[in-house]
Amino acid sequence: MKKLYLLEDAIISPLGFSTKENIQAIREGKSGLKLQKPKFTENQFFAGIIDEILLNRAFSEIGSIEKFTKLEKMILLAVKQVLDKNKNLDLSETALILTTTKGNIDLLKEPGDFPESRLKLSELGKVVANFFVFKQTPIILSNACISGGLGLAVARRLGNSGIFKNAIVVGADLVSDFVISGFNSFQALSPEACKPFSKERDGISLGEAAAAMLVSFDQPQNSANISLIGDASANDANHISGPSRTGEGLYKSIQKALKEASISAEKVGFLSAHGTATVYNDEMESIAFHRSGLQEVPIHSLKGFYGHTLGASALLESIITKHSMLNNELFASKNFGELGVSKSLNIIQSNKHKEIYYALKTASGFGGCNLALVFKAEKE
Amino acid sequence: MSNQFHIQDWVKIKNGEIFNSGKLIFESTEKELTLFLKECYEFLEIKYPKFHKMDGLSKLGILGSEIIFRKNKSTKDTALVISNNASSLENDKQFQESTKTFASPALFVYTLPNIVLGEISIKYKLQSENAFFISEDFNAGLLKDYSESLLSSEKTSSVLCGWLDLQNGEYDVFLCLVSKEKNIPFSEESLKKLYCAENDKPTHRT
Repeated sequence: MKKLYLLEDAIISPLGFSTKENIQAIREGKSGLKLQKPKFTENQFFAGIIDEILLNRAFSEIGSIEKFTKLEKMILLAVKQVLDKNKNLDLSETALILTTTKGNIDLLKEPGDFPESRLKLSELGKVVANFFVFKQTPIILSNACISGGLGLAVARRLGNSGIFKNAIVVGADLVSDFVISGFNSFQALSPEACKPFSKERDGISLGEAAAAMLVSFDQPQNSANISLIGDASANDANHISGPSRTGEGLYKSIQKALKEASISAEKVGFLSAHGTATVYNDEMESIAFHRSGLQEVPIHSLKGFYGHTLGASALLESIITKHSMLNNELFASKNFGELGVSKSLNIIQSNKHKEIYYALKTASGFGGCNLALVFKAEKE
Repeated sequence: MSNQFHIQDWVKIKNGEIFNSGKLIFESTEKELTLFLKECYEFLEIKYPKFHKMDGLSKLGILGSEIIFRKNKSTKDTALVISNNASSLENDKQFQESTKTFASPALFVYTLPNIVLGEISIKYKLQSENAFFISEDFNAGLLKDYSESLLSSEKTSSVLCGWLDLQNGEYDVFLCLVSKEKNIPFSEESLKKLYCAENDKPTHRT
């Protein structure tokens, strides 16, 4: 299968309204997670929520703030940034791949002036496509917490046969009352900012973000570039809401992705984990990484910066991985204390300079789905 | 390349009827969804107690898969490529309703469309590629292109693909098994033809 080049990208999150701002915040160790007052949960919790005043201020430069939902504004801002830097992009040859778990689910409780149909993910796709006049029908993917990363794999798989040359992949989700009450009912929300892979970890923090990335089969002119060279997903076939005890699906995904990339585990210079900070998820990941011979590879989870941004997370984290590879810098895994999983891992504890040629991004989600992506850096 | 793969078998569940490879195998006048699903379950003699705790979308997925996989053996790598219009909205509304009193974790777990892929994977022991797409109408082109890319790149040797929609108690299920085994050539046209064959209207709309 052909290489898929990762080109322009944008992140709209509590850490900033551009990839540059987001990376600077991560470099400085700033987190977007803030203490939230309990509304309908009994306990306090932390979440990374985008300030609506700041969002509206930014959005008012490109559109009318009343006409779009919060999630739509986040997505439109992200896609606009990518398109603005690629003015010559032919939108008739560019696919729009939109990934989300819950889309505009907040409208279910508070529809405001929006019609009921706006809840539908196909409507969300239309809103985005119409705003920028994409010619092709948007491809919408909703595959739990691997959605954003799977979007990159879908772009590569569909584009490989020549249906399109370029695609804009978008991943976005909100911190809605819907997901807060859901994760709270699971008793999965940590009362503190989440602590991936740590001994004291006790659940997730939720976050919201929109991430967008232009991907292409045409090799860019830049002297350095990053491409997707291996991708695989596999279901655990074990439990719909709990991770496999043996990490089977994740292990399988990693093996298949490495095989497709024709590299061995020793070649992987950096691993961007899912690391949600639930007791079972992080333990499962440590087992799968160990089985894959990845225990020495520098690894981090970005959930301490963003919280779990659900459908956006694996794309957002792939974007950060891309820039880590281009800038030769590894970012510390925020809120890490003492290792709290049964298998040893090489958690990045402080920012470091390192040449990375191959990186692995993994994600897992409800429904037992798992994903592994292998990225390659070509440098002069 | 498109003639390389074939539709081996297919199933359609809509308006109280189940068709398998064009043949009517079950019909019912039961209008209530839960009761209709139970009738189908009993007709197929599935014996899978987990079925009863599932949401409607997952139950429909299990019923459709059972009809296909009873006749055609699945392998561990049989991929699942399913799409619909309503995502998990039917169950989302029930979960939202539960939050007024006590948010139900049993409902929350089904508030994602791909959970049905997890349920099918558990029942038939598939540790395979999964993708759940959302489109306004039955998008034969996308299903064909994506399934074919998985098959051509040898990420899998067979794909269960189709449409699995549930909204306002109305269901529309069309699943087909695609592999190299010769039968109906796998193409956008044949998918459309089979999907529309027993339909009075091309697709459900609200």
